[in-house]
Amino acid sequence: MAFEKNFFPRQVVEAGNRWDWALLPLVLAALVLAGLGATGMTKPYHLGDPIPLSLDPLQLPYYLLRTTLRMLLALVFSLLFSFAFATAAARWRAAEKVLVPMLDILQSIPILGFLSITVTGFIALFPGNLFGVECAAIFAIFTSQAWNMAFSLYQSMRTVPGELQEAARVFQLSPWQRFWRLELPFAMPGLLWNMMMSMSGGWFFVVASEAIAVSGQNIKLPGVGSYIAMAIEARNLQAIGWAILGMLIGIVLYDQLLFRPLVAWADKFRFEEGGQESAPTSWLLTWSRRTERIAKLSERFTRALESTFTWFRMKHDGTSIRARSTPHSGTLARVWDALIAAGGLYAVWELYSFVHETVGFDEVWHVFLLGCATMLRVIVLIALASLVWVPIGVWIGLRPAVSGRLQAVAQFLAAFPANLMFPVVVVFIVHWHLNPNIWLSPLMVFGTQWYLLFNVIAGASSIPSELRFAAGNLGLTGWLRWKRFFLPAVFPSFVTGAITASGGSWNASIVSEYVSWGDTKLEAQGLGSYIAHWTADGDFHRIALGICVMCVFVMGMNHFVWRRLYRIAEERMHF
Amino acid sequence: MDKHGPPIIKINDVRKSFRAADGRERSVLEGVDFTLREGEIVALLGQSGSGKSTLLRIMAGLIGVDSGSVQYRGQPLYGPARAISMVFQSFALFPWLTVQQNVELGLEARGIGREERAERADKAISLIGLAGFEGALPRELSGGMRQRVGIARALVTQPDVLLMDEAFSALDVLTGERLRDDILELWTQGGMPTKAMLVVSHNIEEAVLMADRILIFASDPGRVRFQLAIDLPRPRVPDSAGVRALIDEVYALMTAGAVRAGPAGAAEEPEVLGLHGRLPDADIARMEGLLELLAGPPFHGEADLPKLAEESELTDDELLPVASAIDLLGLARVESADLHLTLLGRRYVDGDHTVRQELFGQQVLANVPLAAHIRHSLEQDPERALPEQPFLRLLQQHLDPAEAERVLKTVIEWGRHGEVFEYDFHAGSIHLPDDQQDEARNSIIE
Repeated sequence: MAFEKNFFPRQVVEAGNRWDWALLPLVLAALVLAGLGATGMTKPYHLGDPIPLSLDPLQLPYYLLRTTLRMLLALVFSLLFSFAFATAAARWRAAEKVLVPMLDILQSIPILGFLSITVTGFIALFPGNLFGVECAAIFAIFTSQAWNMAFSLYQSMRTVPGELQEAARVFQLSPWQRFWRLELPFAMPGLLWNMMMSMSGGWFFVVASEAIAVSGQNIKLPGVGSYIAMAIEARNLQAIGWAILGMLIGIVLYDQLLFRPLVAWADKFRFEEGGQESAPTSWLLTWSRRTERIAKLSERFTRALESTFTWFRMKHDGTSIRARSTPHSGTLARVWDALIAAGGLYAVWELYSFVHETVGFDEVWHVFLLGCATMLRVIVLIALASLVWVPIGVWIGLRPAVSGRLQAVAQFLAAFPANLMFPVVVVFIVHWHLNPNIWLSPLMVFGTQWYLLFNVIAGASSIPSELRFAAGNLGLTGWLRWKRFFLPAVFPSFVTGAITASGGSWNASIVSEYVSWGDTKLEAQGLGSYIAHWTADGDFHRIALGICVMCVFVMGMNHFVWRRLYRIAEERMHF
Repeated sequence: MDKHGPPIIKINDVRKSFRAADGRERSVLEGVDFTLREGEIVALLGQSGSGKSTLLRIMAGLIGVDSGSVQYRGQPLYGPARAISMVFQSFALFPWLTVQQNVELGLEARGIGREERAERADKAISLIGLAGFEGALPRELSGGMRQRVGIARALVTQPDVLLMDEAFSALDVLTGERLRDDILELWTQGGMPTKAMLVVSHNIEEAVLMADRILIFASDPGRVRFQLAIDLPRPRVPDSAGVRALIDEVYALMTAGAVRAGPAGAAEEPEVLGLHGRLPDADIARMEGLLELLAGPPFHGEADLPKLAEESELTDDELLPVASAIDLLGLARVESADLHLTLLGRRYVDGDHTVRQELFGQQVLANVPLAAHIRHSLEQDPERALPEQPFLRLLQQHLDPAEAERVLKTVIEWGRHGEVFEYDFHAGSIHLPDDQQDEARNSIIE
């Protein structure tokens, strides 16, 4: 950030500096607000007590505070989970064999599935206190944030360049030191990007995670999500408008106060050299770097981290007997493989007997057909969305001035919960007497199509300009220009976007196939509405069946369609 | 060698192989003995794939051995030792740490306090000529400065042994030479704590100027083929007669091993290129360029390899494969450190495009068994086309996967140039040239 030096010469004043006085109230206000939210979270509460909520817009700031606090806590837990998961999976081969497939399954389980299984447990954990329900909500948000962050960190840790790993070993870094000095910094840019995506995911499911209507429970925690749910029940369009405004403010605040500073700070962890000329900036980061108290605080934090390096260092080097690697026995690995296989077989058997005894194979066949219906919707809608967004994305990507501004807009749109569209869709369908099986479908890609758009924009803007000149020089025009130049050029980023969009659409099906506006309820036949329906009734067997089938579909599609396309893109079509 | 001090690192009958993708073992080092003594600089030379980098990494404790022993000052070496430091080819600096933090890395890992760390890092930084850059990030520095950081980081821990893995090869020639001279100056003046250095290099001049001893490696499997002691006084002048003579000698030793048993390679039996032999990594444009350079003035068909390297501005590891390729194809002959244009080579240089192509194809078929085999298989095939996989698999049985792919790529390039066969990248298939498919099959071979 070279320009700061020119415009704001750093002033060192003996007793603090002027930035201290400006930032101090901000910090104090943040602390007070956090305290206020926290007391709200731990109020006494007994199951069945009504929680007073109102549609008064004056209450909205408080609800927004509660929602953002919940999301922040979920984000912190997601981060901790990612650290634990990625370190275990990247360091131990045995753990990796179990953890990675497990995460793949977890990320295809819809959020309502987690909520219905855990909510009663969490409530029992804190009897007589609202904190149990809060925990359930936070856990639900966590499940919409954690998986992609954990995957990103794991993947980065696996791909640390070989010479840096060797340097870390030659200079005797212990595993603890290696994590903080090498692996985490290397993974930081990818991790941050995924944190932002996760945040959008959290907002998208804000209604489902706050207005808990599972297993016969009906609890609405104070928050923006519950506000939206109440507005929908009361058919209050004005309140919906307020809710949109509140969300917008929440997202902007998160962007300005958390992600912008983090992105600007993490710019130094960029591994590739040169490239991007304009480093990202953030007023808050600049501000806090100039504030002496905060600078001192971060200095103290760095020192604390460094002193842990002294505790967790290598106590011996490669000449000690302790460095001698015991020739790793094949039998131990084989026993572990056998255990995993046995566990898998046992699970299959359990599943079989469960289906046989409780739901019956007819039900399985029925659910499978519903899955096919939802899959058809996902495929058709992704195809339609591609037809619309690929040309637009290419057009935008080739114009850097436009694409920089649109990125932020698209990110907001991805966070926009489908529930907010319910009034429009319901009124539209009811008025024209349309078939909900077809006309509810667009809601599925409502939140996820934007991932297609961002990725195509990013792909188009990274087309080397020499290639563009060459295409222009050769006189490529019309369809030939698209077939030979644009489409192959954006194909890899299109596939990346489509993978995210299709995974997200499956998850979104549980809020978009089962839609209500006041007393009007519309349902599309599909796996999403099946799960949503039985979740509300609390039928565990059918919820479990629905979740299993959805996992099979999502993972099957990933394996047989997306991964193949991805490999083709990797091998054939890159610059 | 007895004038040197006690042994520091001792390697005894070391064998190392890697498991390839198909589960077979491939030997990288075979029966290597080596002792690094106090007070000496040893250089390892050899073609790529000869295992010299593997040996360096074994001494760094980064790679374990399959059999044999590795000892550091009498103690067995199981992993990286505190007293052995390393400088990397691509610097391996942590881009998010400042110069000072990078240099302090090894000290911090050992739990040395903040003040002492700063003091020692300062000393190392100014020793290596980086004073004033303490707060800079590596991306702000040029390549030469970055490698200085790498060297300061390696020296700050007061290592007994310094290992350098092609430390200057990522730098431009001038910068590399400056840095090398600076290190030699530190070494001769006793400015560094280090007792011995091991340098892996692909630059013969660099090895001759730096080392007290040169080890020349042979490939398949890697082993020490020759040892050469160098007694020239330091500082050594690149253009002095003694240095020039030694460079010639090393060239002769290396080409003797790499190309065929010439007069210099006494102990070796002649090596004939097998079906799955390593084709030299030489592209057509370089071969043509070198042939034209050799035919023209001032060489007129006969040149000394070091001179040719200078004139062609190729590094040694670029020049040697090209020289052995044109030797293999019979367009020139390598004898000790000289390259002679053959009659065929003369015809090639004088010919026009068509003549060149025909000659090249004929020589490829006659001298590269793999190319002949591909052509033969294509001619038998009713489709006149074959997938590349079977040939790749054949190569993979004897070479590691990356090398197998490289060899196949080379034979395809040569085959394409000589119109022996053609290749479709997207389908991954090899086929006969279209205009030859219906013609008499051996029109080219005559």
